[in-house]
Amino acid sequence: MKSPALASGSPVNRKVPLKNKFMLGFKQWMTVLPFIAIGILGTAVFVIYPMIKNVMISFQNFSIMPNAANEWVGLDNYRAVFEDPNRKFLTALKNTFLNVAVTVPVNWFLAVFFATLIDAKFVKFKNAFRTIYYLPIVTSWIIVALLFKYLFADGDGGVVNFILHKQLGILPEAVSWRNHYWSAMIMIWLFHIWKTVGWGVVIYLAALQGIPKDLYEAADIDGAGFAQKFWRITIPMLKPITVFVIINLVNGAFGFFPQVYFITKGGPMDQTQVIPSLIYIQAFEQLKFGPASAMGFMMGILVFILTFTQMKKFGRQRLL
Amino acid sequence: MKTSLFGKIVVYAIIIFGALLFVFPFIYMILTTFFLATNSLPKPHEVFSVTPNLTNYLIVLQKNNFTRYFMNSVIVTSVAMAGSLFLGAITAYGFARFTFPGKEAIFRVFLLMLFIPGVINIIPTFVIVKDLGLVNTYSGLWLVYIAGGVIGNLFFLRGFFESIPKELEESVLIDGGGNWRVFWNIYLPQSLPAMGTLAIFIFQGTWEEYFLALTLIKGEELRTLPIAIMMFNDKYATNYGQIFAASVIALLPVILLYMIFQKKFVQSGYNEGSLKG
Repeated sequence: MKSPALASGSPVNRKVPLKNKFMLGFKQWMTVLPFIAIGILGTAVFVIYPMIKNVMISFQNFSIMPNAANEWVGLDNYRAVFEDPNRKFLTALKNTFLNVAVTVPVNWFLAVFFATLIDAKFVKFKNAFRTIYYLPIVTSWIIVALLFKYLFADGDGGVVNFILHKQLGILPEAVSWRNHYWSAMIMIWLFHIWKTVGWGVVIYLAALQGIPKDLYEAADIDGAGFAQKFWRITIPMLKPITVFVIINLVNGAFGFFPQVYFITKGGPMDQTQVIPSLIYIQAFEQLKFGPASAMGFMMGILVFILTFTQMKKFGRQRLL
Repeated sequence: MKTSLFGKIVVYAIIIFGALLFVFPFIYMILTTFFLATNSLPKPHEVFSVTPNLTNYLIVLQKNNFTRYFMNSVIVTSVAMAGSLFLGAITAYGFARFTFPGKEAIFRVFLLMLFIPGVINIIPTFVIVKDLGLVNTYSGLWLVYIAGGVIGNLFFLRGFFESIPKELEESVLIDGGGNWRVFWNIYLPQSLPAMGTLAIFIFQGTWEEYFLALTLIKGEELRTLPIAIMMFNDKYATNYGQIFAASVIALLPVILLYMIFQKKFVQSGYNEGSLKG
């Protein structure tokens, strides 16, 4: 290996600067490699390669048995997914979009709304409120799922039925939440929103600190009300953060797994299934790895396109 | 901002109502742990009239290897945390302090990876871990936790590392110290709040991790706490008092850590490092 001779690169020949550039790059890589090699290797093996492997499995008749042939079957797995007589994939796809459409706006609005109110100047104990709103976030999904199944238990013994039916009379009868499609979906949405809204509240509480106070003072002088200030100042000023929050909320709503798997297991009759839970059940409970991977690949493409189109707005902002 | 008394009352009413909605399920859960009958759903009026006692907690602690599962979670979480922190820190150091061709391109590819839902990778990850012969071992779990966490931790730490002034390095460089010395003597000590914040995030994420643990760990004796609680629920479905006593014990470490450090970590995690648009 020749020495890079960085400082004294002769500008006579055009090839030399190019070669120098290459050597410089090589030297830079050698310097940084000890620090980033394991990280890049680990990411390649356990994050990037799995995606490639997933695509491969989706074109194979895959078995986890040792020494299985795993022969290539072309589009058979994809055909199986779409030709399923129970239309499980299409149902899951529909539910996934429904979950995004319902939970993202509600989650987003509640986050901005609560954060704005807690941020109001006269509110005391801001820290206590923030801590309480964030509690569900630090609680484990499995435990919250057990808790929600318990709170939404059938009959008047379930505390939700007890309050809404017996005490307040809002519901005409005690609901068997998990036995009907819409009530199960509502339960899943409430579970998801309750568990995750605190994240948005905390992000927005921090973001609100960055809005100059004189904007509000100017609006006060002009006699603007709370609603006007909220829609005309708070929301526009929070726009960059909102892009970040919405992308994460959409991603979270696409990734519904514990919300379904631990609450309804996709029931009644696979009606509330979403793609992640369907993938998991098909692969690890029914050992249909090929079709499950095909669903995973299609979902990956979908999420990728949706978020990639947002990437430009996202710019160089970094994630939490 | 002048707000009328009525306005103040409305605002307080709304945020207190919100807080109650978040707290009530926890209170109901804790009250249920005092309920002793084991074969029926506790009725709300029974739950509200319980006398606090520790019977269910004591039963749970002696039952079904609960202490073992708790220790399993401690082992899995502490190794994953140490490994993730170290690997995340050196990788972020590489990306923050050095220039090399393709750096931003790699960073962008990594950023995209964050948007791919993890569930898609579960099948191939299982296959890869199985090919390595590491199914049903903690090594398999650790590999995936640590390697899978690099990107997120890199994103989190890079901003902090880049904000460390270059002048601080000079003392080390003048003494003839190399890049590792700069890392140990300057970057790590300078970013302790960020590292601490990240440590808590990783602790929380690993302590409650169920997806990989459910898929990769088959042996009963290796189960971590979340899986053990889930299995316990499947086994004794109506034993609500004990299920939630176990849950409360599992939640305690995370909630305590959060309560103690929350003021620090939310601020440093958000304002200084992450979103410098």
